[in-house]
Amino acid sequence: MKNTQIELQIKVPNQTRYLSLIGRISEELAAQLQNYNGDREALANHINVVLTEALVNAIRHANADNPDEEVEIRITVTDEELVLQVFDHGRGFDLDSITHTVKETQDELEDHGRGLYIMRSLMDSVDYYPVEGGNVLEMHKQFR
Amino acid sequence: MNLKLEDNGQVVLVQVKEERLDAHNSEQLKKELGRLFEEGKTRVVVDLKEVRFIDSSGLGALVSGFKNASSRQAGLKLSSLQSQVKSMFELTRLHRVFDIYTTVDEALEAF
Repeated sequence: MKNTQIELQIKVPNQTRYLSLIGRISEELAAQLQNYNGDREALANHINVVLTEALVNAIRHANADNPDEEVEIRITVTDEELVLQVFDHGRGFDLDSITHTVKETQDELEDHGRGLYIMRSLMDSVDYYPVEGGNVLEMHKQFR
Repeated sequence: MNLKLEDNGQVVLVQVKEERLDAHNSEQLKKELGRLFEEGKTRVVVDLKEVRFIDSSGLGALVSGFKNASSRQAGLKLSSLQSQVKSMFELTRLHRVFDIYTTVDEALEAF
């Protein structure tokens, strides 16, 4: 049985102006992770980045930039792992349609599409699936 | 977004006076870089000294500027990346694409 240490639920309007607030909260949270022995400063930045990317996907793609919508963030810390969930109430999106592999040559440089690559690189798993009233983007990071 | 521009006649220095370069503000940087190259500027340095955090949108704005510069035979160089910002360039391998300098002076002299 996983022992939950911290569970945070935050709702913000569907607007990118709230990215920095969520980023600050997530970095503070990284300082509270008792079971993480790695580089906490790096982890704080990684949580900030992946939550920012997930929120932007929800705001722009799922909720189609509707400022009257809202997004919900749920952060769960257990003895073993960190779980980040971002809920939207929108039509959803195909994760793979917003992905591209990282290109190394200048000819193939793209302005967009690095968000999911960043999330998948920094987290152990990234999934997106429908729930009642919307969808959730869920990421896991083990502490081992 | 708070951007400070200095043009010494040879090079335009764009200082990003923000702690975060993300999806909320990066479009303005993208537009500003586009405007500079459209005006015919050929040498631009973007100083990221104050930027502590960058996301894929921030990286995308700089990539857009880089492509804009390259298509016009102009140059875009970056300076003063903080460690967490540098790590995002490395993760996405964009450090191989951009000319990145430790200080503004080094970037200016490199032109």
